[in-house]
Amino acid sequence: MILIWMIGILLAGGILCWLAAQWFPVLAKWIALLTVIADMALACTFFVVYKTFPHSDNSWFIDYQVNWIPSLGISLHLALDGLSIVLLLLTFFLGILAVLCSWNEIKEKTGFYFFNLLWTLAGISGVFVAMDLFLFYFCWEIMLVPMYFLIIIWGDTNRRYAAYKFFIFTQAGSLFLLLAILALYFIHGQQTNNYTFDYFSLLKTVLEPTTEKWIMLGFLIAFVIKLPMIPFHNWLPDAHSEAPTAGSLILAGLLLKTGAYGILRFVLPMFPEAAASIAWWAMLLGVIGIVYGALLAFAQTDLKRLIAYTSVSHMGFVLVGIFSFNEIAMQGVVMQILTHGISTGALFVMAGMLKERLHTRDITKMGGLWTSMPAMGGVAILFTMASSGLPLLGNFIAEFFILLGTFNINTTLSVIASVGLVLSALYSLRMMQQVFMGQPATTTTVKDISARELIIMVALSISIVALGLYPQPVMDTVQHLSFTIHPLLHE
Amino acid sequence: MNELQLLALLPFIVLATASIVVILLIAFRQSHTVIQVVGFLMMCMVVFATWYVKDTLPQAIPPLFVVDGQGALFTGMIIFSVLAIGLFSYIYFEDREENPKEYYILLFLGTLGAAILTISQHFISLFIGLELLSVSLYALIAYLRNRNNAVEAGMKYLVLAALTSAFLLFGMALIYMETGNMEFAVIAKKITTTSPTLFIMGLGIMLVAIGFKLALVPFHLWAADVYQGAPSPVTAFIGTVSKIGVFAVLLRFAQTIQLQHYPLAISIFSAIAIASMITGNVLALRQQKLKRLLAYSSIAHFGYLLVAFMPGNSAGTEAAIFYLLAYSITLLSAFGVIILLSTGQGDAEDLSLYQGLIWKRPVVATVLSVALFSLAGIPLTAGFLAKFFVLAAGVQQHMWLPLIVLVVTSVIGLYYYLRIISTMFAAPLPTLASPKTLHPFFYISTYAALIIMTGLLTWLGVFPGIILQGIKTFLLLH
Repeated sequence: MILIWMIGILLAGGILCWLAAQWFPVLAKWIALLTVIADMALACTFFVVYKTFPHSDNSWFIDYQVNWIPSLGISLHLALDGLSIVLLLLTFFLGILAVLCSWNEIKEKTGFYFFNLLWTLAGISGVFVAMDLFLFYFCWEIMLVPMYFLIIIWGDTNRRYAAYKFFIFTQAGSLFLLLAILALYFIHGQQTNNYTFDYFSLLKTVLEPTTEKWIMLGFLIAFVIKLPMIPFHNWLPDAHSEAPTAGSLILAGLLLKTGAYGILRFVLPMFPEAAASIAWWAMLLGVIGIVYGALLAFAQTDLKRLIAYTSVSHMGFVLVGIFSFNEIAMQGVVMQILTHGISTGALFVMAGMLKERLHTRDITKMGGLWTSMPAMGGVAILFTMASSGLPLLGNFIAEFFILLGTFNINTTLSVIASVGLVLSALYSLRMMQQVFMGQPATTTTVKDISARELIIMVALSISIVALGLYPQPVMDTVQHLSFTIHPLLHE
Repeated sequence: MNELQLLALLPFIVLATASIVVILLIAFRQSHTVIQVVGFLMMCMVVFATWYVKDTLPQAIPPLFVVDGQGALFTGMIIFSVLAIGLFSYIYFEDREENPKEYYILLFLGTLGAAILTISQHFISLFIGLELLSVSLYALIAYLRNRNNAVEAGMKYLVLAALTSAFLLFGMALIYMETGNMEFAVIAKKITTTSPTLFIMGLGIMLVAIGFKLALVPFHLWAADVYQGAPSPVTAFIGTVSKIGVFAVLLRFAQTIQLQHYPLAISIFSAIAIASMITGNVLALRQQKLKRLLAYSSIAHFGYLLVAFMPGNSAGTEAAIFYLLAYSITLLSAFGVIILLSTGQGDAEDLSLYQGLIWKRPVVATVLSVALFSLAGIPLTAGFLAKFFVLAAGVQQHMWLPLIVLVVTSVIGLYYYLRIISTMFAAPLPTLASPKTLHPFFYISTYAALIIMTGLLTWLGVFPGIILQGIKTFLLLH
């Protein structure tokens, strides 16, 4: 029940923002902030309360189910496990920052803006706890529409193109997901005479190898478009660069993670054999993504596009890690999900701040900003280092674990993947040099970060350093992950 | 005919009376408002009559009619659509110079034709219903005869409809030749004993007429022009009432003769469905006029609907009915918005008129956005669940090819729905102030109707349970 409340608070908060803004536009952002903080508190409570597992054979802390459309076997089935908790924490953490960083950026239609922001968050948190495949699909789509509005109304000059592309790419994947879900539903129904969309029942479906492969591909395509995997990454640079700052933050920090979550939660446990059979190809595409993303990032002149391509590169690590079916790599994957959310989120927030001051995203028009904004420069160094995987910071742990786990599975690919780390240093340093070092491009003085911006940056910095120094709590929370994927390890 | 049978026909008798009442009213008191109100009340009476006779169903009235749950469902949908269309007509025609009184006679006659289609189980009643519908539509489409497009559209519809009626008669004749009977049930019985070459031929030829009325590819050529040229309430009528009626009779015929057992017929239908989905969605991509765009989108949507129709099982029937319901509400709210935005100079067709609408007239724009999301099949709207049920019905029968086409073309379709939505959410053009409202009462009720329909769309999209249960119960009455 508490999980429904969690989503309901966001939905209600969104509507309240919209209504309140009709009379008091300022009120909207406060309502939005309080709403997300309330949910963050809730997620923290989960994290503290559910430290240990209730039973050795059950990794679920909360399991709540009520009927929704009983005639079709659709129920509101929400459940919470360690993976969900970690992802919910990330969702609300970035959610708070998203509200904060749009505090002054959004000047018109604030009510509708925060409505969309909160509903996207509601959809995302729904995705992380839905255990009914219909409900999952529902939430999967719900997060899409408000995001589309965020891009198309408050985005940059080329926003229409970016918004179309984003929507159509993801929707194409989702419809195949829907077909696959339906196929699974009927196969399970015919086998057991129990027509249901329930995740736990569908897990037990026995599938023929060819059917399993096709259904798995239907699931996978939706998730790898979101992730994104080469060659489905095309929507990402446009959407990321055109979205408003909070939109980019949510896209990079959360929406991409739903793809990784989908693979972890659905593809691997439901279709173990089929997933294992394509593992090599998936890892190969992951590695290609790492190198290709890094190379393209190096070539960009648009700051936000540059950061967007680094996401392609980092998500390649996630794909490699997932399809190595290795316990250590899996822990690395979860770490990567978290740390990439934080570090890339921070970079996008920074790009937004620079844009607010300089009115450009072109890094050739920046330069020498360190003199006028040393504080921002310091934070920028921290996060570019994080992005290039320097020890002490969370990303290092994540990428190290993934490479460590993959090495024994496929040495060649993991060696190539580690080349990606070298390349990441290349693009990070180039970005740093172009923006903060060198000759000042403008003579006008630029304001350094304000108190509100400092809060955002400090929160992000602390968390990325904390994850780098002491990742154990995360590992503990998701240790059952290997339990979920356990059958695979003995294939 | 006994008393119960007469009772079962009561809604249809009331419906027929409605047009006579309007004729008499015109003779005595020529007031648009009075006719409108009386017409509205008559339609409400039809709804009450349907409700009243519900318990006596099913009732066969041999040889022409059978009033059963399915017929009642479709009739109910038709009447609700006409209620909305009638309401929209008032403000639409008040803004224009033409005398709108006879319009209502034709509207109710057309409705009667469509309603007869839903209960017919005989070729004769099918033909009478269809002609009643077509003849009313000829006049309705060209009703605003001072406008160029209207007459052109009317002529186009007249010529093609007459031609396809001839095809229909020819197909019926072929089937009659094969079976010696025109009652659906008897045809089904006769056909099992003989090899059905002539029968399939007849079916194929009849399909021309059905495909024409449903605007399925390759019989869709009239759709865009007629949608554009006809007055907007009439376009809404063609898009909902006329298509519901024709689909109802197609469904009944297919159920009675068990169409799914004729592989050839099924392949023809799936070819038509695939062609409709592709053509409709692709042609809609570049349309700049909203009414033309909705015409092509309706071609695509009836392609989707055929995917639910082909399996011929109860899941498919339920999916099809739910789809039609969702589609009618959606289309009516979209046309309601067009009518509200139209002025005496012309219909609100150009997409540029919709630029920044959400900031100028938020309620209207929200209604249209929800309708478009529903057409695109995005969750939280009825359109999503409707598409979901269609997909479910298709997956159950392993019709992979039409399903894949459905999925791919829906993605294409997203583009043009999003185009309108993004136009509405763009920065507004500096335009003149919104025109003053002449008839506050009818404006308010139109707004109310639109808001109710939008509410229905979201309600159906989130809690379809009650409606699904209702459809199931009604379908059991046969």
